[in-house]
Amino acid sequence: MKKIRTKKNLEEYRKRIKKENSKFKKIVTICGGTGCHAYNCEQVKQKLRKELVKNGLLKKVALKVSGCHGFCENGPIVTIRPENIFYQRVSEKDVPEIMEKSILKNKIVEHLLYEDPVSRQKVTYLEEIPFYKSQKRLLLGKNGLIEPDKIEDYIVQGGYGALVKVLKLPAQKIIEIIKASGLRGRGGGGFPTGRKWEFCRNTEGEIKYVICNCDEGDPGAYMDRSLLEGNPHSVIEGMIIGAFAIGSNQGYIYVRHEYPLACRNAQIAIRQARKLGLLGKNILGSGFNFDIQIAKGGGAFVCGESTALIASLEGRMGEPRDKQHLHTTESGLWGKPTNINNVETWANVPLIINNGPEWFYQIGNENSKGTKIFSLVGKVQNTGLVEVPMGTTLREIIFEIGGGILNGKKFKAVQTGGPSGGCVPADSLDLPVDYEQLNAAGSMMGSGGMIVMDEDTCMVDVAKYFLNFLKEESCGKCLPCREGIKRMLEIVTDISEGRGKEDTLDLLEELSAVVTDTSLCGLGKTAANPVLSTLRYFRDEYENHIKEKKCPAGVCVPLLRYEILADCCKGCGACIKICPYNAISGKPKEIHIINQDICAKCGSCKTICKFNAVQLQ
Amino acid sequence: METTAINPSAKLRIDTERRRSVNCILKNYKDSKSNLISILQDIQEKFSYLPTETLEEVAKKLNLKLIDVYGVATFYKSLRLSPQGKHNITLCLGTACHVRASAKILDEIQSQLGIGPGSTTENRELTFNTVNCLGVCAIGPVVVIDGKYYGRMTPIKTREMLSKYLKKKNFSNKATEKR
Repeated sequence: MKKIRTKKNLEEYRKRIKKENSKFKKIVTICGGTGCHAYNCEQVKQKLRKELVKNGLLKKVALKVSGCHGFCENGPIVTIRPENIFYQRVSEKDVPEIMEKSILKNKIVEHLLYEDPVSRQKVTYLEEIPFYKSQKRLLLGKNGLIEPDKIEDYIVQGGYGALVKVLKLPAQKIIEIIKASGLRGRGGGGFPTGRKWEFCRNTEGEIKYVICNCDEGDPGAYMDRSLLEGNPHSVIEGMIIGAFAIGSNQGYIYVRHEYPLACRNAQIAIRQARKLGLLGKNILGSGFNFDIQIAKGGGAFVCGESTALIASLEGRMGEPRDKQHLHTTESGLWGKPTNINNVETWANVPLIINNGPEWFYQIGNENSKGTKIFSLVGKVQNTGLVEVPMGTTLREIIFEIGGGILNGKKFKAVQTGGPSGGCVPADSLDLPVDYEQLNAAGSMMGSGGMIVMDEDTCMVDVAKYFLNFLKEESCGKCLPCREGIKRMLEIVTDISEGRGKEDTLDLLEELSAVVTDTSLCGLGKTAANPVLSTLRYFRDEYENHIKEKKCPAGVCVPLLRYEILADCCKGCGACIKICPYNAISGKPKEIHIINQDICAKCGSCKTICKFNAVQLQ
Repeated sequence: METTAINPSAKLRIDTERRRSVNCILKNYKDSKSNLISILQDIQEKFSYLPTETLEEVAKKLNLKLIDVYGVATFYKSLRLSPQGKHNITLCLGTACHVRASAKILDEIQSQLGIGPGSTTENRELTFNTVNCLGVCAIGPVVVIDGKYYGRMTPIKTREMLSKYLKKKNFSNKATEKR
């Protein structure tokens, strides 16, 4: 392939691919995201290929493996275009039927369609499924159309058109466009992107760096992985545009090592972009040089913090430094001005350039513009990635798109913002989701994790979970974070194990304030949020643990006791068989008994009992 | 780090070989100091962990203090100083998995394998690890066995799967032995 040097070259290239693609009558796409991989999408793909070969259709039907479709709950997902038929939970044995009905003829395989849980109606097309219908998938929408390791697919969708536009503009003009769009950092902080770029551009220095932060450490969030994995070129294009505006010639994508597929796809994408002359020297004949390197993270949550990330890029331990007096835009990587943005922020840039800042500005609400991707997970019906305009309410996200709570249970809280965020209770369900409103509710946007909790989730346990996480992840540089979190964890553990005292909560609140006020970086400053927000909204649960020594949700093991109800037990022996600790005894057809000294409270017996005889006391 | 006793001449041979492979890896990196983490990751990919002499060699060749290399090797979770088992079981303990009761699966795996997170069975066949999030939250709780993801796990499913897996691989299974 020859290098693309001009706008005309790119147009010609795009036309050529379009022409090549037009020979395909149908396009069968199988989702190849990590979620669908867990559901054996690889085997489905192999089988599809075999069937295509068998029917001699390889030249008429294109088989694509795309990035994440977002509806991970129902994977593996297969779509058939141009009709846009959406098949879910496809297994290897369904392939011949798909072949026969939907590829050779224009029929539908009914049993693979999505069924609306409320109306019990089958839904044939992707855009009609309630999960997708209420979303605005500006960023994620292309995932299903693109094979991440084929730059042609991205270009045919109009890819790198924004870059062509930008290279003719003066740098200041590009920054003005981004500023006018109202785009704010998607990594959690919400700092206006255009202003950050401007700071970095205005700092003196020959060498400047741009970095893409894909150290998505928040447990429960995976939108950055899906974007970089499914549409790496959108991120790369955004980075090139940013680098051009800022005046940088070298960029880095910092990816978590837990995301092997994202690393691979980004690596391939960079190589392809270089081959076409979209990265490297003299990009599109403009005289602008820029290249990107991938850096694999070492597995440290704190490295999502910009100064720690830079330390890690420099090959040191990922310890943050104080940045109140010296921003990374002034002194970052190797002491040079450095602009760090999150994956989702970068991916928004080409959209803004292509559609204009006004278009972007009118999406969202007053202070937060554009769309945001959330990973809707936990105890919710439709788990997956959800992209909605800023300002959409929690209720719309969880109940309309998410389909409500699993197994008809009652909603208790939603946790946003990862370990730095907090839990928002049921009476705040009508809260519009944007940076300010979430902060006011004691939580934060964070990178976009949304973990739904039902009545079976214990809020003390949730606080304990996050403290334990943060204790492990604290880098240990500053004392308040290193020691404070440990002590907070001890206190909450005491509460969850029935050792809490009357004044424990006061001590916990006091300690939270100290850790918040005196820690060095964001990790410590926000570490108390999970505790403070659960205390704010669910204080009664803490008090239950302390005063009555009970865990209302039935989670905190030392406070639990499983018993078999004599009235209900039929003596079937299922619980005896399943108990891994041999804690249940009883003859067939006689009432069984749990030996409380041996019982480890795993709950297996409760799950297996068909007669509801095992009860949590 | 390594406890197995081997005769001195064999050890020397292994040492030299390891140092040689480190030098091969170092050649792939231009600006070496900044790539320390990637270099260590590459070394680990080769040996499944970071043997002492490789750290020494890296420090020497990159003109770094050994303590700095050691510091990085112990700071990051993905780097290990002790050998791993041939097979791997990983359990995700991310928030989404946690609210769907991954703690119970942790108990189950521990009782089945007889080892805690971060450890390897005595015969070096199997290593069990936990991670903070694998990013496949939609199908949590997630267990990964030798690179293959298993979603929506329950303690009962875990037990069945593990005993099948252990039987297939001919490992002794602590829980079944006990019975």
